[in-house]
Amino acid sequence: MDGYIIGTIIKAVLILLILSALAGFGTYLERKVLAFMQRRLGPYHVGPYGLLQILADGIKLFTKEDFIPAGANRIIFMIAPAITAATAFIALAAVPLLPEFTIFGIKVRPIVSDLNIGLLFVIAMMGVGLYGPLLAGMAQENKWGLLGSARTAVQFLSYEVVTGLSILAPIMMVGSLSLIDFNNYQAGGISHWIIWKQPLAFILFLISGYAETNRTPFDLLEHEAEIISGYATEYSGLRWGMFFIGEYTNMITIGFLASLIFLGGFNPLGFIPGGIAIILKVSFFFFLMLWIRAAWPHIRPDQLMWLCWKVLMPLAVLNILITGIVMMV
Amino acid sequence: MSEKKRVGVQNYRFIELEPTPTTAWGKFKRVLKRSVKLELFVGLKVTFREMFKALFMGEMHTVKYPLEKLPISPRYRAIHEMKRLLESGHYRCIGCGLCEKICISDCIRMDTRYDENQRKEVVEYTINFGRCIFCGYCAEVCPELAITHGGRYETASEQRASFSLFEDMLTPIDKLKEQKEYPGFGAISPNADENIKKTPLAY
Ligand code: SF4
Ligand code: SF4
Repeated sequence: MDGYIIGTIIKAVLILLILSALAGFGTYLERKVLAFMQRRLGPYHVGPYGLLQILADGIKLFTKEDFIPAGANRIIFMIAPAITAATAFIALAAVPLLPEFTIFGIKVRPIVSDLNIGLLFVIAMMGVGLYGPLLAGMAQENKWGLLGSARTAVQFLSYEVVTGLSILAPIMMVGSLSLIDFNNYQAGGISHWIIWKQPLAFILFLISGYAETNRTPFDLLEHEAEIISGYATEYSGLRWGMFFIGEYTNMITIGFLASLIFLGGFNPLGFIPGGIAIILKVSFFFFLMLWIRAAWPHIRPDQLMWLCWKVLMPLAVLNILITGIVMMV
Repeated sequence: MSEKKRVGVQNYRFIELEPTPTTAWGKFKRVLKRSVKLELFVGLKVTFREMFKALFMGEMHTVKYPLEKLPISPRYRAIHEMKRLLESGHYRCIGCGLCEKICISDCIRMDTRYDENQRKEVVEYTINFGRCIFCGYCAEVCPELAITHGGRYETASEQRASFSLFEDMLTPIDKLKEQKEYPGFGAISPNADENIKKTPLAY
């Protein structure tokens, strides 16, 4: 029992450290990839290939003045970024990150806790994460912030239905909410991947995943050209950095979810071992997010609502119906 | 007839745009058409192609400025240069004073005297770059092609008045071989060929 607790704590700390480092690295990757797509160089001067830019940014964030506007609700203003960052990491607790491996003779399962409601937990936690922007925008007594949190509400109301409904069909097929069961269901190689049986659900999940992590084309919450920086307008320094870490962690989580649910998870892929396979898949999804940001314009809030409620939700329901009928027959 | 004359002879062509749909069904059909025709993926293709070109085909736009510089047009008017005669190495300026006279911001100041051979000699020649507007009159008026504009455009300085002395602008005697003549008004940039592109109106 003691061993279990200690192991869990070690795993949690490791995940926290590695993923916040990865989130920092994600900002570097994003700047680099976007730059290349616009035929620029991106971060270049600090360190080799500009790699130490992350460090420089970190120092800048740490040493900036921690500023709370006079009219703001101080407590909520201070809690809000913590909600975003914390829920992003809590969501990862139920996600198996790598296949099982043995180290020092101990069998390690790289998942903090294999909940029997794993997927539901992850989706719920990411949903709770939206309280961060919502509260932040309302607490800061700034019109742009308020608009940002209004848009958060719009976005939340739109995509959450689609997320739930789109993964319902795969859940029906697997018959479990645990992500490990999802992984084992697809153990038979590429032809067993759920994406072949549920292509529509995959696309719907990706779309709502982009809305969930507020990436382009759904980056309504802080669209600079329209509402300055939305909910993050009054934030500076480390609090603002926490929002960012939360956002990038969420991007990674969505990458993991999409790979686990639809693309065969961490099953070995031909000669590629499972651990490498899932890292490749997640990297692809991360790259796809950056790629899409470089290519596509973003849409208006009303278009997002229209899209989610009038197009995607009926499609998701139809998908569930068809899946159900096929399973019955 | 007279009205027709004013119309150009080009063959204008209207872009084929469908009217914006007004009904809900029409809008839905347009969304469907745009998604099924995969217009969005064309955007993805273009950005990926640009990335590929930038990374592997040397079409990166960025010029790492202080480390590398774009070639500058020979007609650019930056800090002046005083030229030497190629054969003897003596400076070309004959001390005629025309540049001092024509300078519209009054920033050239020079003094001459007769040397032992009764030839004019420049004893002092300064340009106040705090006032020079780089109009190029001095270079244009010079009868000896002695004063020309060079390509040194990084002229930020800590003081308002920064004088340049004759010796500073004069071609160093050991660099005489590298002294370049002013190619004349209407000269083109050294990289003019690379800058030629097909006009986007090719279609
Ligand atoms: S460039 Fe014009 S302003 Fe400058 S020194 Fe020559 S004549 Fe005077
Ligand atoms: S116009 Fe030319 S030759 Fe005459 S003083 Fe000026 S630099 Fe010398």
